[in-house]
Amino acid sequence: MTELELWIAVLLALMMLSAAVMVLLVKNHLAAVAAASVVSLGLALLFALMRAPDVAMTEAAVGAGLSSLILALALRRLGLWRLDGSGENSAGPITRRRD
Amino acid sequence: MRNITGLLFAGGLGFMLLAIVSGLDFGNPAMLVGGAIQSSAPQQTGAANIVTSVVLGYRGIDTLGELSILFAAASAAGLILGRRHTTAGTLTEGGFVLRHGGAMLFPLLMTIGFYIIFHGHLTPGGGFQGGVMLAAAFFLPLLARPGARLHHGMLNLIEGFAGASFILVGLLALYQGGEFLQPLMLQGTLGELRSAGTLPLLYLAVGLKVGAELASLLSHLAQTEAEQ
Amino acid sequence: MISSLTLELVLHATALGLILIGLAGLVLSRHMFRMVLGLVIAEAGANLMLVLAGYRWDAVAPIITNLAEHPNMVDPVPQAMVLTAIVIGVGVQALAVSILIRVRQRYASLDRDVVAERMDAEIAASAGIRRDVSQDAPLGERPIPPLPVQARESQGGEA
Repeated sequence: MTELELWIAVLLALMMLSAAVMVLLVKNHLAAVAAASVVSLGLALLFALMRAPDVAMTEAAVGAGLSSLILALALRRLGLWRLDGSGENSAGPITRRRD
Repeated sequence: MRNITGLLFAGGLGFMLLAIVSGLDFGNPAMLVGGAIQSSAPQQTGAANIVTSVVLGYRGIDTLGELSILFAAASAAGLILGRRHTTAGTLTEGGFVLRHGGAMLFPLLMTIGFYIIFHGHLTPGGGFQGGVMLAAAFFLPLLARPGARLHHGMLNLIEGFAGASFILVGLLALYQGGEFLQPLMLQGTLGELRSAGTLPLLYLAVGLKVGAELASLLSHLAQTEAEQ
Repeated sequence: MISSLTLELVLHATALGLILIGLAGLVLSRHMFRMVLGLVIAEAGANLMLVLAGYRWDAVAPIITNLAEHPNMVDPVPQAMVLTAIVIGVGVQALAVSILIRVRQRYASLDRDVVAERMDAEIAASAGIRRDVSQDAPLGERPIPPLPVQARESQGGEA
């Protein structure tokens, strides 16, 4: 592996881990779905770097495309579609007690 | 209390995975099966893409199992979600650009989807990727016009025939004296479109089935009876 | 500057970290939609770990471009498994999300404790069970009232 590929792999790893943590901590549900699709995107690039082009194409099409579409449609149906961060439908940090 | 137990479980699982992973030799896998497959795959299946020959040839039954799991999940989701919402026809349409852009993207997406399905045995790609693109091609005009109806009857027909033809091609191999889903070698040279025997036919069946299934599932999700 | 050991460490730490973050989100979330998102992340981590098991140094992708050469290729078997796993994962996510839609329709909330409470109340109401008294408590009143006078005399006569 060339040096450039090593740096790209480290950068992708950092991006995926921080996006995964953001999925759980962000209040707005739409932002959480967007962070999950960032994880899928980073994963697709990492698969391409790992010499697995079939898997990379499947992850990009299914993970970053179809899965995010399914989750966003479900958000619409669940009434959780809010563009701002506040509102009674947002979740707090994961263990905050309410009521 | 429940949180601490959950975190302990996650930590224990992480420790177990760490123990397993540290025993693996990264970068030098044993490749006992992989090496044998790599040396004999082009002669036995005729496909240039070795992952295709593994998915459809050496592990064809796994692909059949995956198709049935996807079918079960999509039918169960369709059952749970219920009928089409009564006010679905009154949702506001997109503007001019959205509607006509969606209509113009439809043939392009179909072309790319079928291209990836047909060349699955030569380049990276195959039935699943192309099927997802076909599903997106069918669903995109529905996003622009939320009140439109998809022809669910036609989609179910395509899905049923594609699934049945996958099994029929497998039975054909059985009839010819081999095993179920054994790839039959018809004429063709490695690296051309008409190679790899029945593998492109299998991938075509997989692609059509996955595409029709996912388009139907997406349309159910978008237009279900549940409130906004 | 970055050695191969660092690459191995970073990639395995990423895969393990994704699995742990996904599982922690699944267990600790109060909102059920975040549970589904935790499942999505855990599946991504598991798929990454599978593909990492087949990687080989200085190898090419498992596609034959030239019949004359035989370069080193990565292991194709984990890649075939991960192809299947990704598609199955999206099927499971679609089903989970449909169940969430129905739960919200039925119980009007997506908070884990609120839904559990309402489910318990509904089950108890339909089965005719009282919820403030334990089902394992013995019947009758406590302390046991003394026996009536005639039974005590006859028992004393026999014993």
